[in-house]
Amino acid sequence: MISVYYFGAIALILVGLYAILVKKNLLKILIGLSIMETGVNLLLISIGYVSGKSAPILSEGIGPSQAVDPIPQALVLTAIVIGVATTAMALSVAILIYEKYGTLNVEEIRRLRG
Amino acid sequence: MVVKRALAIITLLIIGYWLAQGLAGVPFGEDKMLVGQYYLDNVKQQTGSVNAVTAVVVNYRGFDTLGEVTVLFIASTGVGALLWRRKKERTAKTEGSIVLTTGTRLLFPFVMLFGAYIFIHGHLTPGGGFPGGATIATAFLLLYLAFITYEIPHRGFEVTEGLAGMSYVAVGLVGLAIGGYFLFDWIWQTWQFGWDNVGRLLSGGFIPIIYTIIGIKVGTELSGIIDNMLKEEVSE
Repeated sequence: MISVYYFGAIALILVGLYAILVKKNLLKILIGLSIMETGVNLLLISIGYVSGKSAPILSEGIGPSQAVDPIPQALVLTAIVIGVATTAMALSVAILIYEKYGTLNVEEIRRLRG
Repeated sequence: MVVKRALAIITLLIIGYWLAQGLAGVPFGEDKMLVGQYYLDNVKQQTGSVNAVTAVVVNYRGFDTLGEVTVLFIASTGVGALLWRRKKERTAKTEGSIVLTTGTRLLFPFVMLFGAYIFIHGHLTPGGGFPGGATIATAFLLLYLAFITYEIPHRGFEVTEGLAGMSYVAVGLVGLAIGGYFLFDWIWQTWQFGWDNVGRLLSGGFIPIIYTIIGIKVGTELSGIIDNMLKEEVSE
């Protein structure tokens, strides 16, 4: 059975991919990349979900058998940080490109280079 | 343009169908964890943290997190290297409105306090060093937005960042000296500090210490990235 979480994750991945394929502005492409990243993270989190169980914080009333799998959440935490790092690098490259060519349109940049 | 969009949508439909097809076989919402169950069963005795995600990130996979912090550090260094200029200043033209400046003066200490709360309570509540550090960076972003002449104290921030990174490794090396492997949780395993206190602030072994270090490091790094991106070159 495909749940609503899988549908949401696939929809986010496809929206991001659409932006990457169609848009010409570099910043919009980077936004699409970020949306796609969010979709993949949502997919990983939802794979760790166990229906009827609560977050993996063991407090009163939540024992080890009532919590969801903590590993996908820990790995997605890593993935989010790496995503922030790559986005920062890509944005600074975009700043340099704008300073050099005066445009963020990928087709114009290609034409300028000949 | 229309042809390109149509082609893109057809490609997306094919990829979406393929993804849904592949994921249809994955059972959703069922118990299928083995390692995760081991972590959940032993997390309180072995690490003293009630938040299993934090325990996995800092304690079981602490070395992994050290690499993650290194990646963030390299990214921040890379942004600095890419945007390096001989002489640069802020070129903002308008001062923030009175609402923004007054709000910033009022909110800045509380945003800092909230960030510190998030990373100190990492072993008890959702959150930890990375979100706490990002919150602290937003406090500095607020200062940048409100006051056009504001600048973070660079030298101090760079020294703090380096010291935080070194103290993470130092905590791990103390564990190596006491327990025999890198990032051994000596506060919890050897000193047994906070054993009768699980679920309160003073427990969790070295998790609160390491998360505080990570929070300081991430906060200074992200503030540095903001600073690098906001400044522009000025002709002398």
